[in-house]
Amino acid sequence: MSTMAIDKAGPSRKVKYGSMSRDRTWALRWSYFFLCIFAIFSLVPPIYMLITSLKSSAEISAATNPWWVFHPTLSNYAELLGSNQYLRFFLNSALVSIFVVTITMLISVPAAFALARMKFWGSATLATGVFLTYLIPDTLLFIPLFKMFAVIGDWTGIQLINRWYVLLFIYPTLTVPFCTWIMIGYFASIPKELDEAAIIDGASWFQTLTRIFIPVALPGLIAATIFAFTASWAQFLYPMVFTTSVDQLVLPAGIITTLIKGDVFNWGQIMTGALLGAAPPLIIYAFLMDYYIAGLTAGATKG
Amino acid sequence: MADVAFEQSRIASAGGVRRRTSLHNALKRKSTMAFLMTLPLILLILLLVVYPAFYAVHLATLNKSMARFVGFGNFEFLFKRETFWLVVKQSCIFAISAVFFKALIGFIVAHFVHNVPAKGQRKWRGMLLVPWVIPPAMSTLAWLWLFDPSYSAFNYTLSAFGIGPIPWTGDAGWARFSVILVNIWYGAPFFMIMYLAALKSVPEQLYEAAAIDGANWWQRIWYVTLPMMRNIIAITALFSLIVTFANFDIVRILTSGGPLDHTHIFATWAFRVGIEGSDIPLGASVSLFMVPILAVAAIFILRDVTKRGNEA
Amino acid sequence: MADVTLRKVIKRYDDVEAVRGIDLDISDHEFIVLVGPSGCGKSTTLRMIAGLEDITDGDIMIGGDVVNDVPPKDRDIAMVFQNYALYPHMTVAENMSFGLRLKHYPKAEIKARVTEAARLLDITDLIDRKPKQLSGGQRQRVAMGRAIVRNPKVFLFDEPLSNLDAKLRVQMRIEIKKVHQKVRTTTVYVTHDQVEAMTLADRVVVMNHGRIEQIGTPNELYHKPATRFVAGFIGSPAMNFLPCRLEEVGGKLNLRLTDRIAFPLPPARAARYNALPRSELLQLGIRPEHITESHGHLEPGVESFDTVLDVTEPMGMETLVYFGLDGVAVCGRVNPNAGAQDGAPMRLAMDLNNMHLLNETTGVVL
Repeated sequence: MSTMAIDKAGPSRKVKYGSMSRDRTWALRWSYFFLCIFAIFSLVPPIYMLITSLKSSAEISAATNPWWVFHPTLSNYAELLGSNQYLRFFLNSALVSIFVVTITMLISVPAAFALARMKFWGSATLATGVFLTYLIPDTLLFIPLFKMFAVIGDWTGIQLINRWYVLLFIYPTLTVPFCTWIMIGYFASIPKELDEAAIIDGASWFQTLTRIFIPVALPGLIAATIFAFTASWAQFLYPMVFTTSVDQLVLPAGIITTLIKGDVFNWGQIMTGALLGAAPPLIIYAFLMDYYIAGLTAGATKG
Repeated sequence: MADVAFEQSRIASAGGVRRRTSLHNALKRKSTMAFLMTLPLILLILLLVVYPAFYAVHLATLNKSMARFVGFGNFEFLFKRETFWLVVKQSCIFAISAVFFKALIGFIVAHFVHNVPAKGQRKWRGMLLVPWVIPPAMSTLAWLWLFDPSYSAFNYTLSAFGIGPIPWTGDAGWARFSVILVNIWYGAPFFMIMYLAALKSVPEQLYEAAAIDGANWWQRIWYVTLPMMRNIIAITALFSLIVTFANFDIVRILTSGGPLDHTHIFATWAFRVGIEGSDIPLGASVSLFMVPILAVAAIFILRDVTKRGNEA
Repeated sequence: MADVTLRKVIKRYDDVEAVRGIDLDISDHEFIVLVGPSGCGKSTTLRMIAGLEDITDGDIMIGGDVVNDVPPKDRDIAMVFQNYALYPHMTVAENMSFGLRLKHYPKAEIKARVTEAARLLDITDLIDRKPKQLSGGQRQRVAMGRAIVRNPKVFLFDEPLSNLDAKLRVQMRIEIKKVHQKVRTTTVYVTHDQVEAMTLADRVVVMNHGRIEQIGTPNELYHKPATRFVAGFIGSPAMNFLPCRLEEVGGKLNLRLTDRIAFPLPPARAARYNALPRSELLQLGIRPEHITESHGHLEPGVESFDTVLDVTEPMGMETLVYFGLDGVAVCGRVNPNAGAQDGAPMRLAMDLNNMHLLNETTGVVL
């Protein structure tokens, strides 16, 4: 009786193992197949940018196979990088992004420290308020902000509209709430004993922040910095609203308004400009992917 | 300083009088300092977010030259315009369908990435997140070129199969499809990353327990994965709903609202009316229509986020 | 080096009184352990000495100075935390020297002190490692090293061993004792583990519900507990408590446990309890080691009785036996060769020379 049962169980179990591993192999194959399809879907636009950027205007208008470069040329790159106008956009973008990152960090790191560690009247409400602010989109505020700065210009005579540095006031409304929010999360995850140990070691609050919290939460700080930089670099609506003169434009607005001249699209140059404009975030992403992803997921999971 | 404190308290206790001054002061100093550290943040929020939000309401009640109070005049005007209702309809279609497909594709792709061996995951994740990294204004230009009426690379490819040419941005229906497609392309990786992180946080033992209980592949997703991820799915979807509903870049660059306003959504129409058309009050009124749906989504997000916080 | 004094110290959080008036004198070089169940206020007391919590009322003195309003860094104390609280981005040496560097000590002196402390704790080889490269025991040593280099007036330990496994805990316990013998710094040590308290302390402070139940040397607490709480908290397995009454039979005082069992009290005890009212419900406190197997010949004051064992637990060097007396579970310790069996009848002996009699309602040992 018992031997029979074992005999029966033996082969049937074997079959089961076999089918399970076969299932797994097939599941894996299907996974790779679909991942390839999705990867192609994801990468077609940037690859097409690259292909087009290597084509001359003549080749583009000849309507040959659009997916292939028959006469590769760097003339588009040479032309753009030799044009003061495009370099001006690039410089404006770089200035705005670097200043915004600095301003954002100077505001959000101390605020996050205070909100995470130094409980005071209204601190919980303020933390919630920061999160809510982060949910307010740029498209809700651009009209009143535009009018506000116009009015300020009328009152004080300080003309801010159509100056690239007006963006230094505007962009922090996008970056500061998010960076504060994720830094609160990172700071709150530091064990309470660590700052108590620092206090007993004789550190002031400021020293606790600079010598303990910032180094310990460095990954969070990097993630926040990356976010602030890419958000300022990619911002499109505010520069469209606030700046119009060619020498005040940042990259996205600059490419849209100057390279597209009426109905004449110089696609080789547009794609080159767009690709170069996409390069800084892509390079940061390539090197700091883990921090980038940490920042992305921290926003919604922390707190 | 410390010595003075010593002396004071020694005298105080010797005299039998309770004067706990300096620690009290220190605590006061602490909250004062905390307040000072958050002051720039508070000022930023008050001056550049809260004030403009109320200012928008004020602006919406003025006439075009902003000289006269017209009450609900702008809103009444909008309600009578066919374009406005078109924009309402399109915004809802755009946001809901885009978020739905982003969530669906993100979920499926996250599963596939989770399925492949761990050492290959980084590479796949890296490739699949590229659309989210490129500034949308730049990538939408690439899509615009892919959709070009005369040189469309898609139509070139499809013509090999005898399909097309498709008027990607020329026909109202196709233009709506294109705008949503680009938004899905841009936003799905975000969902993928969020879901992947959530998938990784589901303990392996739960799947093993479910497998021992005889659950098949589908039952494991339905009874283990989805309940464990419910919160993160909700937060991500609501979050994306806000961002998608308030989208500007993609529609503006791809169609500028055309053809014949058939792809305008609130943000692009508000820009057209308020900035390009110089009717700031009307533009403000249009953008204010985003508030109700954003508020509802924000309330739900806040509830879920605090719930997560309490669970942790 | 300094003594520490607490005078009527009270800590109130909103409505909850965590510490309800504590008086404690800790003399120089002394090793004091605060012990009690979680929520008894022992950690709060320690944190008030450290200055991490402000005190609601009362005075705390370190070295004769009232430090109520002195911030932690000026109290000249060092603290070792339960989860070590090592700075994760600093090496062992940097962790240990952080406090000295903040006070701008000369580099040479910092180095000398760190080297000395590392040698004392046997962590010289680890000096350049980061905390996450260390094992739990090594981290604990570094945390102690951080306290030692400061050469403070007082060491404060907040449950430093509870994150370690049982074996390492015993080892580190000895290590802490050795270090204290070398540096002789006044130490206040908080734990919930009564074995740690007994083995480490010069004097143990047993706390419960924010009050001090008893202060004494380990032996005093074990043999002369003042309250039922202390009697039950110190010692493992815990002391047995049995309802009992005194009765007078023929001019002699008897202790009645059940209808069936009553023992005559030994003369010394009888004299002590003579003033107590008869027939009032009392509690007998008796430790398991005073209930053993019965030999033929019984010492004076040792009384035998018959019972049926419920469960036996052989521990190797002894066997714990559990049985019921009128529904109350009682534990005894017998010789492993005494033949104790689950469910078997056995003749046991109770040593009444080591008994305690407690007031049923107040729990005070009489």
